[in-house]
Amino acid sequence: MDIIFYITIGLLSLGMIFSIIRFIKGPTAGDRTVALDTMTTLMVAGLVLLSAVFDRFIYADVALIYGVLGFIGVIVIARYLEGAL
Amino acid sequence: MNYLVFIIGFLLLVLIGAALYAVYQKDLLYAVIATGVISLALTGLFLVLQAPDVALTEAAIGVALTTIIFIITIRNTVRYEDEKDNVKK
Amino acid sequence: MSIYEIIGGILILIGASFLFLGGLGIYRMPDVYNRLQAGTKATTLGAMSLILGVGVVKMEDSWTWIVKMAIIIIFIAISNPISSHALARAMYHRKRMPYIKGDPDKMDAYKDAVAEQEKAEDKKD
Repeated sequence: MDIIFYITIGLLSLGMIFSIIRFIKGPTAGDRTVALDTMTTLMVAGLVLLSAVFDRFIYADVALIYGVLGFIGVIVIARYLEGAL
Repeated sequence: MNYLVFIIGFLLLVLIGAALYAVYQKDLLYAVIATGVISLALTGLFLVLQAPDVALTEAAIGVALTTIIFIITIRNTVRYEDEKDNVKK
Repeated sequence: MSIYEIIGGILILIGASFLFLGGLGIYRMPDVYNRLQAGTKATTLGAMSLILGVGVVKMEDSWTWIVKMAIIIIFIAISNPISSHALARAMYHRKRMPYIKGDPDKMDAYKDAVAEQEKAEDKKD
């Protein structure tokens, strides 16, 4: 079971590295916001995985709150870019 | 115990890189998006360092409230740093 | 290894693969709409599969994990398409051109369509 955790953490880190490269390179604000949205979903999956690794039931609450509230920042930035805030 | 060192080091690198990007960026909207990346890395770091209550507070405040307040500030003032002279009244 | 660990491990590996492909698509795609497609849909499926896999692995000990994992899956399925839709709508209202490889005629056709739509919106107001 440990080798599955190692492989998963490595794949999540690689996906986050690609998102950070897009965040630095991205030509406009839309590309950077897309990178932030992707990193939010990756981090929710990573928090659930860490709570399973530590075997603490209460740690999954952090992932729950992050999944509930994580999209508000992206929506506010998108409404500002649209010019309708 | 080796993978925890890897996770902490990776999240610290992301944190410091996003903070330097937010400081040296002239476009303030990009700096606000970098602030979201900072709060994301900080949440993961607090969870790895066995402080779930602090991570809960950081996830609630850093993601939603900070971004909303900074975006409203940018909308009421200016977006670029060079436009300091003609602030909208 | 029990049967729960085998099924959950396969689900976790499938989810991790889709999350990695989402990150790779963010880096490789040429346009903001394609990046939105790769970065939202693939990562939504990957996160759902990984969280379900964690719940199945922990189901051997207790049934409380799978309930909380189901709640997280429901919130991800609600909140992720909302942010994706808001971003695509903002980019569409800022008149960002999609990337069309090679054929310049299609690009002109899209520009004409955008101009016609602007004219119709002006007429409506």
